[in-house]
Amino acid sequence: MLLIHCPYCNQTLPEAEFTYAGEAHIARPADPSSVSDEEWRDFLFIRTNVKGPHYERWRHFYGCGRYFNAVRDTVSDRFLITYKTDDPRPELSKLLEKSK
Amino acid sequence: MSSFRVSGRGRVDHTQPIQFTFDGKKIKGFKGDTVASALLANGIHLMGRSFKYHRPRGAVTAGSEEPNALVGTRRGPGRFEPNTRATVQEIWDGLQVNSQNRYPSLSFDVGAINDKAYMLFSAGFYYKTFMWPKSFWDKVYEPFIRAAAGLGVSPTEPDPDHYASRYLHTDVLIIGAGPAGLAAALTAARAGSRVTLVDENPEAGGSLLSEPSVMIEDIPAWDWVAKTVAELKELGVKLMTRTTAIGYYHQNFVGLCEKLTDHLASPDGETPRERMWRVRAKQVVLAQGALEKPLVFDGNDRPGVMLAGSAQTYLNRYGVRVGDKAVIVTSHDSAWYAAFDLADAGTAIAAIVDTRAEPNADLVAEATKRGIRIMAGHTVTGTEGRLRVKSVRVNPVTGSSVGAPEIIGCDCLLMSGGWTPSLHLFSHTKGTLKWDEERQTFLPDHKAEECEIAGAGRGLWGIEAVLNDGAKMGAAAVKSLGKTAKAASYAVAHDRPGTGVSHKELPTDLDAGKARAFVDYQNDVTAKDLRLAVREGMRSIEHVKRYTTNGMATDQGKMSNINGLNIASDALGVPQPKVGLTTFRPPYTPTTFGAFCGYHKGSHFEVTRKTPIDSWAEENGAAYEPVSLWRRAWYFPKEGEDMHAAVDRECRATRASVGIFDASTLGKIEVVGPDAVEFMNRMYTNPWTKLAPGRARYGLLLGDDGFIRDDGVIGRLADDRFHVTTTTGGAARVLNMMEDYLQTEWPDLDVWLTSTTEQWATIALNGPNARKVLEPFVEGLDMSDEAFPHMSVAECRVGGFPARLFRISFTGEVGFEVNVPAHAGRALWEMLFEAGKKYDICPYGTETMHVLRAEKGYIIVGQDTDGTVTPHDAGLSWAIGKMKPDFVGKRGLARPDLVAEGRKQLIGLLTEDGKTKLEEGAQIVLDPNQPKPMKMVGHVTSSYHSDAAGRPIAMALLEDGFNRMGETIYIPMPDRVIKATVTGTVFYDPEGARLKL
Ligand SMILES: [Zn+2]
Repeated sequence: MLLIHCPYCNQTLPEAEFTYAGEAHIARPADPSSVSDEEWRDFLFIRTNVKGPHYERWRHFYGCGRYFNAVRDTVSDRFLITYKTDDPRPELSKLLEKSK
Repeated sequence: MSSFRVSGRGRVDHTQPIQFTFDGKKIKGFKGDTVASALLANGIHLMGRSFKYHRPRGAVTAGSEEPNALVGTRRGPGRFEPNTRATVQEIWDGLQVNSQNRYPSLSFDVGAINDKAYMLFSAGFYYKTFMWPKSFWDKVYEPFIRAAAGLGVSPTEPDPDHYASRYLHTDVLIIGAGPAGLAAALTAARAGSRVTLVDENPEAGGSLLSEPSVMIEDIPAWDWVAKTVAELKELGVKLMTRTTAIGYYHQNFVGLCEKLTDHLASPDGETPRERMWRVRAKQVVLAQGALEKPLVFDGNDRPGVMLAGSAQTYLNRYGVRVGDKAVIVTSHDSAWYAAFDLADAGTAIAAIVDTRAEPNADLVAEATKRGIRIMAGHTVTGTEGRLRVKSVRVNPVTGSSVGAPEIIGCDCLLMSGGWTPSLHLFSHTKGTLKWDEERQTFLPDHKAEECEIAGAGRGLWGIEAVLNDGAKMGAAAVKSLGKTAKAASYAVAHDRPGTGVSHKELPTDLDAGKARAFVDYQNDVTAKDLRLAVREGMRSIEHVKRYTTNGMATDQGKMSNINGLNIASDALGVPQPKVGLTTFRPPYTPTTFGAFCGYHKGSHFEVTRKTPIDSWAEENGAAYEPVSLWRRAWYFPKEGEDMHAAVDRECRATRASVGIFDASTLGKIEVVGPDAVEFMNRMYTNPWTKLAPGRARYGLLLGDDGFIRDDGVIGRLADDRFHVTTTTGGAARVLNMMEDYLQTEWPDLDVWLTSTTEQWATIALNGPNARKVLEPFVEGLDMSDEAFPHMSVAECRVGGFPARLFRISFTGEVGFEVNVPAHAGRALWEMLFEAGKKYDICPYGTETMHVLRAEKGYIIVGQDTDGTVTPHDAGLSWAIGKMKPDFVGKRGLARPDLVAEGRKQLIGLLTEDGKTKLEEGAQIVLDPNQPKPMKMVGHVTSSYHSDAAGRPIAMALLEDGFNRMGETIYIPMPDRVIKATVTGTVFYDPEGARLKL
């Protein structure tokens, strides 16, 4: 069982308190009616399916209830960082630097 | 006592005799014996039959890695366990042990015919022999495989034992309480760390228990163990024996299975049989030692052929000589010490056969002193003996040539092919391994977790080296915690250091193709099988493993992996590190399902949610059905009624007068805040701005893909407050979805969402007399049709309780849903039921609810929809707020596939004979005479007998259904084809006249 740091509770807690919520930084278009069928398809269905560091969303479901973002390595299952939804997308090179 | 027990020897209690049975025969042992040691003390080596060939087998080890001696153990009804390792199971008075995989008896087994049919079962036999014809699978091959190949038989009765589950947090978890683990624990505990030390054996000591002659710091090994354990306890170390670390997971999470009662004659009934510990450790020290490897030669599986180190353990720990006349065959120094100990205890050593041309001179001198014949530079090429080894065939080897054989008589053959570091748990963490050329084995390399590996686990050998390494790694673990520790230095006298070489199968002068040289005893895989797999094109070690099943038995190749690798590497002509090792996976040893389940069994398997009115339903004879985690009253049968009769009566009573229904399971979400109406406009398809407080509306929720996700009636209580209802199963999902959009897409909206499902009890009254029953209990509300019309909501008091009252209908009759605080639910229900008696009020369950709504064509999301249905498909286009600029799903609804012609649409079906009820889920075709496979154009989603329509009715999703009104379609069933006519979905009161008061 992983330990996950909730950036809102500022606590590291067992995975069982959290639910996974798919890839992060996929914003719903502000005006859906103006986007093409292809763009809407991409928004709905197309994901990066990364082998390695993956930007993804989690929810502290059995805790504070907040959604937050994370970068997790899908090979090692290791979290590089978790951050609040309105924090900027952290740069991968800096994260990898830090994790060394 | 038999001549194989050495009086006064070992750690068993010679003053406490114990009697158990083996295949019904009474066997005597001592307290502290395992089944295997007690059988060996009685001269019994034959303990089981092998998996494929039913070859006679005995214990080859003295520990949890045992592949052969698997038995069934019984302790009365329900307490039967197959595949227990006889080498681990402790004996107690009355224990019943049975051998497995033999018929009619262990010594005469008809299944042994498989051994003669050896060619049929060679590598890949599952893939080759049983391929064709296909129809043979069910009737011939599978029953044959199941009957012929197998382990023990699963118990059929429920397990009456209970199992526990605990969490544990510790600074340092040390796995293995041998010399390395004890020294590590001592070092870490003395430095003030919280230490947990676990071992799968009944007592701490590990290899020291088999080496009583070793002196540590001038104290005999066993005394040193006792002194150390006493100090550890004093220091507060949690020492857990009979506890196996089964898996090592991320972030130093380790699973431990603690066995609590399997060794007791009469458990107290309170103690759980096993306890699963979920441990989070800051640091882990793996001190699991090493496992001895067999040598691979023809007949290396005969009962009496055993690992030399295990024979030494049986002697020193259990006081049992495994035979009267032993031959040793070894490629490692360690077996020489086993020979010396046995010789000193009275077993004749016929010869020490060492594959090395020049064994260690000191050992040779020691052997010579004892008069033992030494055959250096020799190989073993075969054994004889039906149920027990009686002779060994030994040949000299010069370079690559094998000389003439000599037959040496014996009653046991003790072998050692060297030692493999036990790195299973380390491998669970994805820690990488590195091939060590000198030791011819894999050693730990890169660590993926906060852990240290100590002692024989990283290739060290000899008690002194291992003790000092344990102390060093204990100190390293403490240092990683940011503390300081001093590693003690141990001086050991009479130590038994040693080295060895590693082999593929031993050379032979006979036809290697005929040799039965076993690599994996448990799965009956031979050296020849591995070579055949390579010849037939397997290149990856993972393919070789699966093709031959080498290492795939319940012992996970603890003994066979390196031998298998050496042989595959030789056959492939590729060095071992390039071939690589297969993956070890948890659990380390077979673990009961009970231990994994813990408390989660029977009624505790998952929670059962009950409404505040559930107890009334139970007292009034309700039949129940599960709906997600809820148990809901399904129908209320009267004396002599079946479900059909009860549901017909409930439907009739509701439409004729009044029915009462517990709707408390409906999901309820309170949506509150200045932006509540904007939020509702964006989430649901419907327009909400103009819905006045006090009014309610059917709400439809889509995903952004345009498909229906949920629905429910939503009441507006105030400008900034909505009472949202969801489907029973959808409540959590809908709230999660709302939170997702609110938090991550529209954080600017000032809205609060609260689940109130369990705060309200909801009672539905339906029928022409519903208002008459309810009205006398309502305070503060004009219930006339004008003041409180259909689709209204009000806050008032009902029966003296604060209430939210809806006038809505899911039956087509005049209907009310009263929400009162959960604690008041049953009281109000009873009041309404009592008052309703003069109107013949009828309690009804979910089945009647389903029928009544289907008669009106009201859909159930998840039954009439399946995640690919749009509002238009379901005939709900009217619920779309077309003027709204956006809502979840609006853009999705414009996707090309969703606006295409000919989609599956929800329609009604009436069977042509007016009597046949269709089966829900049944497939629909347009032409019943087309060749198979037929083109299926839809399926039945809901089907009931309708009392109101006087006939069966159904709904279905049908391709282009709206354009097929009046057409005949066909539902092929196993025994016939049913004809049905396509209709609309409203089967009763299409004008909605009955909704008016
Ligand atoms: Zn949180």
